[in-house]
Amino acid sequence: MEQRRKERIDRGIKVRTDGLYAVMSWRELSYLTMPRMVLIVGLLILPFVMPSMYWQRVISIVCIYALLAVSFDLLAHFVGLVSLGGALFIGVGGYLSAIMNTSFGFPPLLAIPIATIAGAGICTLLLLPCLPLRGVYFAIVSLMYPLAMRRVIEALDILGGTDGIMGIDSFPNRWIEQYFVILMVLLFLFGVRRLVNLDLGLVLRAVKDNDQAVRASGMSITFYKAVAVFISSAMGCLGGACIVHIYMWSGMSLFALDFSILPIAATVIGGAGTLVGPVLGCLILVPVSELLREFGTLRIVFYSLILVGFIVFRSEGIMVYGQRKYHQIERWVKV
Amino acid sequence: MSDQPILEVKEVTKTFGGILALNRVSFHVNEGEILGIIGPNGSGKTTLINCITAFIKMTSGKVLFRGKDISGKPAHKIADMGVTRTFQIMRPYYSLPAYKNLVIPLYSPRAKRTGGWRGGGKLGDRNTVGIDILEEIGFERDSFVPYKMASTLPTGYLKRLELARCLALKPEIILCDEVFSGLSMSEIASMVPLIERLQMDGIALVMIEHRLRELFRVARRIMVLNFGEKLIEGIPEEVMADEKVKEAYFGSAEEIEEDMSHA
Ligand SMILES: Nc1ncnc2c1ncn2[C@@H]1O[C@H](COP(=O)(O)OP(=O)(O)OP(=O)(O)O)[C@@H](O)[C@H]1O
Ligand SMILES: [Mg+2]
Repeated sequence: MEQRRKERIDRGIKVRTDGLYAVMSWRELSYLTMPRMVLIVGLLILPFVMPSMYWQRVISIVCIYALLAVSFDLLAHFVGLVSLGGALFIGVGGYLSAIMNTSFGFPPLLAIPIATIAGAGICTLLLLPCLPLRGVYFAIVSLMYPLAMRRVIEALDILGGTDGIMGIDSFPNRWIEQYFVILMVLLFLFGVRRLVNLDLGLVLRAVKDNDQAVRASGMSITFYKAVAVFISSAMGCLGGACIVHIYMWSGMSLFALDFSILPIAATVIGGAGTLVGPVLGCLILVPVSELLREFGTLRIVFYSLILVGFIVFRSEGIMVYGQRKYHQIERWVKV
Repeated sequence: MSDQPILEVKEVTKTFGGILALNRVSFHVNEGEILGIIGPNGSGKTTLINCITAFIKMTSGKVLFRGKDISGKPAHKIADMGVTRTFQIMRPYYSLPAYKNLVIPLYSPRAKRTGGWRGGGKLGDRNTVGIDILEEIGFERDSFVPYKMASTLPTGYLKRLELARCLALKPEIILCDEVFSGLSMSEIASMVPLIERLQMDGIALVMIEHRLRELFRVARRIMVLNFGEKLIEGIPEEVMADEKVKEAYFGSAEEIEEDMSHA
């Protein structure tokens, strides 16, 4: 019987020198920019393709989860901190923006940036004590805060207690809402991708790979972890701040663990460490979970099955798989 | 400030659980001097460097850098003052090319302050500065070597990369943990002039070595550690003639004599 094996050949066009593409023709240019364009244009026309109120809401939620997923991917795969803090970031950002809006009268488009920066500061301070530690402490602590917050709000009846804060202003209109969140996702996605290739990003990756050598280089690993946590939590807080203006309500469900877990599932599905992958993961997972809404809490079984399936069968994720298919020609050859 | 030592180690003690790894070790390093530290395996040499640079916390004792107490400061602050170290088990960033390894130390506050390699001016592009440093330390500039992934580099280059990381910080003193071990004779032969040049540039060095003959070519003062205790300190000939030292090296006494006869 003849033996066959799969041969993989890099496409010739990928001429790359240190961050600079040597581009020769339109064909090559489009080859290189096509995937990015598909993503950007695809996201931008989504609100037109799905103009119903219901689906526009879903798109906004997808974007918020996408922010969380990119934030998770940045921390986990470029800094080495496994964060379960999605719920914390959403909650802190959400409540802050709600307070800015209802108590101080700031309009949403002013309250959101303030809540983003201030919220990131608060989250970073909250997580600071466990940054010098290695291992699972960061994951545990980032998971405990949102659980604790819910109890604190309930027990002390602060921040609107179990009823939450009502009467929050919405975005000026739903198109602004849509495009604001979509542009934020694109901004942070490409911003973070840029960041991890800057010298600062190299330092962050070094903290993950080899923290002792970073210390020996005269740099505080705690400081650089804090920088990364600040950037990540800013993304989460931004998402939270948007949510309260979308739902015009801020409540304890902002600290729900879905915000911590779904981004992780989306990252695994989309391709860990690719940053774009997690966004794709959200684009798939969030709408599917919406379609399954009538199953209520049974949906968690569905996430679990998907997650286990992906981890067992194709742990590399959609994006890694797709990149390989795009950049390489595969064919079967006789041995 | 003439005869103040650059580094003074006073009665440093370290215990791991019940084990006494370092027992009241004291020594000093003068400005621009190369001090050799030798001792059998497990005698506490690496632990001593770890204590000085705060990679582990010493149980008791004091370390003075130019008369200033630095014990109790965190590791990155000590490196920031210019007290740098190499690792016995090399710690490059394996997933990065050799020259990109240096972007990280060049990003440090100290490198920013000292304003780039070869003094003065604003720090240029870190990649270029990194390649310059690699050239200084013996990576062939026009070859592929500086651009190769650290994970594919042979030991000799990884040892150089360890030194390069220190040099990127413009160090005052480098504590070298066995930079010669694992190298071939010819590789060491090419490292020795490099060490000598560092000394001429005014950098003090502490060199932990098992390769005595090569060490004695560069270090004129040697300290011997055994079971965490300082046995003796002096010029190489004097130290190697000492009975306690011969005894410490035990079965390898002949080896030492052989080494000495070559020296
Ligand atoms: N982290 C640690 N925990 C417990 N014991 C340790 C630790 N590090 C070192 N030791 C012990 O301290 C002693 C000194 O070890 P050290 O690594 O300093 O020796 P060394 O002189 O550098 O040896 P070598 O020449 O083999 O590198 C050894 O007995 C070792 O087992
Ligand atoms: Mg050692």
